Parts: sequence; C-alpha cells; structure tokens
Amino acid sequence: MEFDFGAVLVDWRLLVKGVVWTVGLTAIATLIGMVVGVACAWARSSGPLWLKGIVGAYVELIRNTPFIVQLFFIFFGLPAAGLKLTPETASIIAMVMNLGAYATEIIRAGIEATPKGQIEAAVSLALNKVQVFMRVVLPPALKKVWPAMVSQIIIVMLGSAVCSQISVEDLSYAANLIQSRNFRAFEAFIVATLTYLALSIGLRKLLNWAGPRFFFGR
Amino acid sequence: MNDFSLWDILRNLLMALRWTVVLSLIAFVGGGLVGGLLLYFRLRAGKVLERFIGGYVALFQGTPLLMQLFLAYFGIALFGIDVSAWTAASVALTLYTSAYLTEIWRGCVASIPKGQWEASGSLALTFGEQLRHVVLPQAVKIATAPTVGFLVQVIKGTALASVIGFVELTKAGSMISNATFRPFEVFSCVALLYFVLCFPVSLYAKYHERKTYGRRA
Repeated sequence: MEFDFGAVLVDWRLLVKGVVWTVGLTAIATLIGMVVGVACAWARSSGPLWLKGIVGAYVELIRNTPFIVQLFFIFFGLPAAGLKLTPETASIIAMVMNLGAYATEIIRAGIEATPKGQIEAAVSLALNKVQVFMRVVLPPALKKVWPAMVSQIIIVMLGSAVCSQISVEDLSYAANLIQSRNFRAFEAFIVATLTYLALSIGLRKLLNWAGPRFFFGR
Repeated sequence: MNDFSLWDILRNLLMALRWTVVLSLIAFVGGGLVGGLLLYFRLRAGKVLERFIGGYVALFQGTPLLMQLFLAYFGIALFGIDVSAWTAASVALTLYTSAYLTEIWRGCVASIPKGQWEASGSLALTFGEQLRHVVLPQAVKIATAPTVGFLVQVIKGTALASVIGFVELTKAGSMISNATFRPFEVFSCVALLYFVLCFPVSLYAKYHERKTYGRRA
C-alpha cells in the first residue's frame, strides 16, 4: 500500500475554496442561529403559553431527528410544496434551524439560573421588560453556558459536511471531487478530515476568545 | 406508472427502519465495549496511554462523522479486504461511539471523590475490587442519563451511513422519493419515524437526569 498525498495537495485551490464555504456557512448559521436561540429561549422561559408549546415542539422535533433528514426535507421536500431553494440557502436554513433548537435549550438553562433578586433589583431601578432581559438576564446567562454553546457550534460545523450531499461546494465536497479525479480516496479524505480537525480546534479557540469580548463582556 | 399510497410509502420505510435500529444497536453495544475497555486502560495505565486515548477522543470528537465513515469505507479497502457498507458503517460508528462513551464515563468516574479510592485502597482492596464494589456502583448511577442521551446521537448518526450506500431509513427515503416523486410526504414520514424512535429515548434520559439530580429550578 502506497500513499500519495501530493496528488491530493496539488488541488489545494479546491480545498481552500471548500474551507471558505465551510467556514462561511458556519459563520452565518452561528450568527442567525444564536439570535433564534435567544429569541426562543426567551419565549420558552417567559413567553405566553401557546408560544411555549410551539417552541417546545420545534426544539424536540429538531433534536430528535438527524440533520441530514432535516436538510433533505428542506432541499427536496419543500420544493414539492412550492418553495424552491438553492443548495446554499437550504443548507443555511437547515443549519440555522438545527443550531437554533440546541441553542434554545442551552441558553434557557442559563436564563433559568439567574437569581430572582437580580431581576427584582433591575425592575426596582425602573428598567423595562426588554432592558431587564437584554442587560441583566442575558449577558450572565450567556457567560454561564458559553462552553456548551461553543461545543454545539463546533458540532454544527462538523455536521455541515453533510451539505456536500446536496452539492454545496464545502470541504467534504472538495474531498469527493478530488478523489473522483485521481482515485486517491483515502488520502483525499485524510486531508479533509485533518483540515476539519484543525478548523474545529481553531474555531474553539476563536469562540473562547470572542465570547467574552463581543457577547457578554468580562 | 405505479401509484404509491401513503401507506405503501410508510410500509416500505418501516421495513428499512429495522436496519437503522440494528445498526444503532451494533454501534451502541460495540462502542460500549470498546469504550469500557478504553476507560479501564485510562484508569489503570500511566500518563502515556492516557494521553494517547485523550488524543483518540479528541480526534473523533473534532472531525465529522461523515469523514470517519468515508475513511472506514476506503481505509479498510486498502488492506485488500472487500468492504461492504455494513462493515464500514459498523466499524466507523462503533469507534465514534466508543470515543464519546469513554469520555462520558471518564467524567462520571472522575466525579467520585478521591477519598473513596484512598479509603478502599487502604482497606487492601485490589484495583478490580475498588472498581467493582466502590466506584462503579456510584458512577453507573451518574452515567445512566448521559449514556442514554448519547444513544439518541447514535441513532441520528446512523442516518449518515446512507451516504456510503447502507440502506437504512434515510437511504430508503431517498430511494422511495426518487421512485414516487413525492419528496415532501416521504421525508416527512422519515423524520416522523426518527422522531418516534428517538423521542422516547430522550424522555427516558431526561427522566433519569431528574432522578439523579432532582428537578432543577
């Protein structure tokens, strides 16, 4: 058995393009997914009863079905119901829905751990409901659950490898394309896998750094 | 042109569902055995092996399951062995599961106070006896909820085996959808069947979590 990684690495342009797509999809999904998560966590902890029910159903439905099925449903299923999507849009929607559901549960755990006295103190300072949530409840809640959030974002990034199945040109698509050209399947997937590993290590470092700076202060 | 009723779709999907269940069980049982073995080595052996297993865990937790499946599929073939999708999927999912389970269980064992190891050691219990009579009975209680919870991840993970041609629920869904041109109904049914399979397991995990930690505010 002989390995020829050179045959894979000459196509480095494809790999770089794949990395850009994977990182780009993850970045967009993370930003929107976090907003969805915060909104749903608010709804689930202090919204009206009917909204709690809807959000609860959404969360359980997403958490108990595989990502690939969600993606196929959005990309293949929805056009039959009249909603046509490009592969990229479908992937982003699927990733946002997926991360949103997990983020809801994670952030809710943080919100519910807020001591009652803090909310009472904020209300007694004449802050309104939105101010209390955005300035008093949310920042420490995010801080508490940030490690879990980071892990979940990385899981979504790794899960996005599946998007190559609907021809999004991400990193795993690049690996598939390269191996279909030179038949070096094992080498191509080793390179892609190690790149994913590097991405997940880098992303964890980045998020651990960015969280305190941009999302909840130090 | 065949006419498929919704019942035909559902019946065919149900036939494929059993392979999802079988593959999940293989991965879970196999992964449990390998994970348990790794846990034993981690507790028993020195720093070098501990770091090696730590790297193994980080490798599987830091790369996509899809890539692991491809690597198993093409990697085993390098040894001149003719791999079926069955073998590749079983091997990849078993290793993936073992990495997660050994990490979960390590955390549970680590949460047993050190004094208990020392106390049982000073009573001249051997390592095996310490594990069997003192540490594991307590660790198992803590470990039940996250282990059952991880079973849901394994069941969902088997959906990726469809990509290397293993005909389970998701692959059957794709095939039926191609034959009937009714992707909306088919993938709704597929999602529903996964939900029916996973949701009770999730509830059971949550029930155990409450039993172990009490209801948190």
